[in-house]
Amino acid sequence: MLLIECPWCGPREQVEFTYAGDAAPRRPQPTAGEAAFFDYVYLRDNPRGPHRELWHHTGGCRRYLVASRDTLTHAISATSPVHGARK
Amino acid sequence: MMGRRSTGGTAIDRGQPVGFSFDGRRYMGFAGDTLASALLANGVRVVGRSFKYHRPRGIYTAGPEEPNALVALRRGARHEPNTRATMIELHEGLEATSQNRWPSLHFDLMGINDRLSALIPAGFYYKTFMWPSKAWMTYERWIRRAAGLGTAPLERDPDRYEHRHAHCDLLIAGGGPAGLMAALAAGRAGLRVILCDERAQFGGSLLRETFAVGGGSGADWARVAVAELAAMPKVTLLARTTAAGLFDHGTATLIERAADHMGEPPPFVPRQRRWTIRARRTLLATGAIERPLVFAGNDRPGVMLASAMRAYATQYAVLPGTRTAVFANNDGGYRTALDLSAAGVEVVAVIDSRAAAPSALVDRVRARGIEIFAAHAVTATRGRFGLTSVDVVALEQPEARRGIVCDSLAVSGGLNPTAHLHCHAGGKLDWDERRLCFVPARGRADVQCIGAARGIFSPAECFRDGAQAGAKAVAALGNAAAPPTIPSVEDEADRPPEALWVVPGGGKKRFVDIQDDVTAGDVGLAAREGYVSVEHLKRYTTLGMGTDQGKTSNVNGLALLAGHRGQAIPSVGTTTFRPPYTPITIGTLVGRETGRHFMPIRRTAMHEWHEAQGAVMIEAGLWMRPRCYPRPGETPAQAVEREAAHVRKAVGLVDVSTLGKIDVQGPDATEFLQRVYANNWANLPVGKARYGIMLREDGIVFDDGTTSRIGEFRYFMTTTTANAAAVLLHLEDLLQVAWPELRVQVTSETEQWAAMALAGPRSRAVLSRAIEGLDVSDAALPFMGVGAGRIAGAPVRVFRISFSGELAYEINAPADFGRAVWEALLSAGGGEGIAPYGTEAMGVLRIEKGHVAGPELDGRTTAADLGLGRLVSARKPDFVGKHLLGRPGLVDPARLRLVGLVPADGKSRIRAGSQIAVEPAALASSLGHVTSTATSPALGHPIALALLRGGLERKGETLHALYPLDGSAVAVRVVEPVFVDPEGARLRG
Repeated sequence: MLLIECPWCGPREQVEFTYAGDAAPRRPQPTAGEAAFFDYVYLRDNPRGPHRELWHHTGGCRRYLVASRDTLTHAISATSPVHGARK
Repeated sequence: MMGRRSTGGTAIDRGQPVGFSFDGRRYMGFAGDTLASALLANGVRVVGRSFKYHRPRGIYTAGPEEPNALVALRRGARHEPNTRATMIELHEGLEATSQNRWPSLHFDLMGINDRLSALIPAGFYYKTFMWPSKAWMTYERWIRRAAGLGTAPLERDPDRYEHRHAHCDLLIAGGGPAGLMAALAAGRAGLRVILCDERAQFGGSLLRETFAVGGGSGADWARVAVAELAAMPKVTLLARTTAAGLFDHGTATLIERAADHMGEPPPFVPRQRRWTIRARRTLLATGAIERPLVFAGNDRPGVMLASAMRAYATQYAVLPGTRTAVFANNDGGYRTALDLSAAGVEVVAVIDSRAAAPSALVDRVRARGIEIFAAHAVTATRGRFGLTSVDVVALEQPEARRGIVCDSLAVSGGLNPTAHLHCHAGGKLDWDERRLCFVPARGRADVQCIGAARGIFSPAECFRDGAQAGAKAVAALGNAAAPPTIPSVEDEADRPPEALWVVPGGGKKRFVDIQDDVTAGDVGLAAREGYVSVEHLKRYTTLGMGTDQGKTSNVNGLALLAGHRGQAIPSVGTTTFRPPYTPITIGTLVGRETGRHFMPIRRTAMHEWHEAQGAVMIEAGLWMRPRCYPRPGETPAQAVEREAAHVRKAVGLVDVSTLGKIDVQGPDATEFLQRVYANNWANLPVGKARYGIMLREDGIVFDDGTTSRIGEFRYFMTTTTANAAAVLLHLEDLLQVAWPELRVQVTSETEQWAAMALAGPRSRAVLSRAIEGLDVSDAALPFMGVGAGRIAGAPVRVFRISFSGELAYEINAPADFGRAVWEALLSAGGGEGIAPYGTEAMGVLRIEKGHVAGPELDGRTTAADLGLGRLVSARKPDFVGKHLLGRPGLVDPARLRLVGLVPADGKSRIRAGSQIAVEPAALASSLGHVTSTATSPALGHPIALALLRGGLERKGETLHALYPLDGSAVAVRVVEPVFVDPEGARLRG
């Protein structure tokens, strides 16, 4: 079981979190067109190694965070708020 | 031959005799015995029949690797199959029975399989029972009975199983010399240490071996070390506890058999306890497991691993026989001969496959009058229910055969480090050509194998390795302390073994995997048939499967495969080691989460009232909801029909507290709703509600519900019961990730509000009588109006919205007042004949109105499919789902769309899930399916909603609803999906 450092709550058990996928895709501008939204909704890399991904602290502060997790070793090198520094 | 006890025995207490039974016969043993040692002491040689050939089998090991001695324990609800007799602690009254034999161990009818073995090689079942394919169901039952393990009990387990969580600096798995030394080093430095060992006593190999440690016995040294550790407040000692699995981020699963040694657990003690440990570092001092040698008849009762024979002699004073021979490819064979001889066994021969052995050992063995056969091997064994003699040949002159009369044979093919947990943690193994075993290599930085688990087989070296690893852990965790002194060990350096993967010269029953009856011939057959990957070999021959997962067989098997492929052992590789290390019970996985504790139950504020009224309750997710309220003499179906009809003609009250409720607040709340919902929210005035439809980003409908504006910057959103959590998460995702610039907060209020719908033409009369402070006239509170007042003194919100299609009000009260408000409404409605209705009648009413719900919002339908296309805004620049809505697949006119169905004969029931086709038998050309069905009290006949190709373009057509489970077909006519009051006059009344 992973131990995830929530930027607001500290290190917590994985069972408190909900995985929310790759952190890289950002919702396109409304004018970006169908192809951009198609990429945003469907296309994901499947990297072997470092991966920046979103986790939601569902059983805690209900904040999303970004974890840098190695998909091979599951080692998490860093966690951070989604947008910039912690407010 | 009868087994017997000599004097001594470090593990047993002769002052405490213990009675037990095996296959119904009574025996005596001693406290401290295992079931295996006690059976051997009583001369029981055959303890089971083999898996496939039903050959008689005896106890083969003294530890967790046991392949043969699988027994069932206890009776009735406490019956437990497939336990290893070598790991069962004897206790008074223990009942054990053998398995996989019929009718009895000594007369097993399936023993015929052994004679027929030439006809049932590896892969026999795959090849033979392929045809005809349908007959497999019959074959399988027969095969499973013939090749069986024990049977699971059908009764509920009366015992408790617990889960515990703990943190530590250092977890040490295994309490042998290396583990104890590491624990001493870490414990003395003040680390939080958890040391576990699967046996009742700590000490590992120290309990079994006879070399002196620190001038005394190894067992004495272990006792002193354990006493010191037990006195340390930050050290936790867990005996009878197996480290079953190692997982990410320092997580380990330990299984503690807290009461398995007691028969029935005493009060407040669980039978077993599952520990989840979070350790900063982990040391694996899990020791090594001896390999058998592969020769003809190597499975006969009386053949046993050399290490096991030493353990039985030293710890339990059980002598394996009266005349014993030893067959080995390493120096351990000589030590075994010396130990057994010293314990009083007549050792007749040491058969060493090597040409030379250390002269000191050879001399000591010879001095005891034991004959040594260098460069020899055992090629055959004899004895029907136990060994009576072996054949020995010189490896260079196989024609010269000599028989040796013996009733027991110790075998050793070298040692395999127990690196299973290292592999659970992603660690790799390297082949060590000198020591002839896989040793742990690259792995996680926080996990380290020590002692024999990393191929260090010298006891003195194990002590040193443990002390160093403990000191290293101390340093890594920032503490400092001098490492403990290493005891002096009377130890001689062994020479490494020489490879003997299979005794040459053939012989049919040269078993590689004794548990799964896989022979050297089966491995050869698999290789010839192309199963050259070690994973294929496992699946084809079953090598390494079963309860022991190949602990004694895997390395021999893959060495043989390597030989057939003409490759080196490391290039063949190993199969994957997966948790658990040894079998664990389902009970310990489940813990206390049984029965009603399996999931939490959510109850609404009116729950007790529903129960008191005799409501039939139904689970909706975790929620308990009243399905209907049958009156005396009424069936549930009759109650549903009555309740639904009553709402249409009078007034009813239904508990809708389970709907998701989300408070949406902030200066940008309106903009947020504009982007979240597909329809328009820009112009909703304060004090008004609106139906909203929410899409997923891919354009499919996600959820629907009514949301009300209760302030300039504040909305009250409702969701379906099923999606309450998912919608909140969706909103949080949008606000935190996609649109952090929006100043909006969302808060779940689902459980803060009790909600009820008052529906029916007389609902206004009831509400006006019950409420204070709110004018509920049509002018003051029109359709979709929102107001606030007090009922039974409690503050309530009133929403004039309708799911039933009738004049209706949804009333929300703070949950603590829910029941009081509910009862106040019922009492105010007495004169109007108010009656509660359940979820089923609510469903009937919504189907009559063609409102979509879960069966229609199935994750595949668009708003247009559901007849809600007009709600989707064409003007808004952005909302979730807008941008992918126009894809060809989502606007295809051939999509399934919502329609109503009525039976063509006006009376036949249409079943949910039916497929719709033009012809009654044309299931393959399905045009869609029936989603929701009801018998409409308003119309007096069955109705249904369906998703149909072409939708209402087929209006008026007669089609067939096919129910493939029983082959029935009902002729149906396609109609509009709104069956009652399509103009909506009633709800505006």
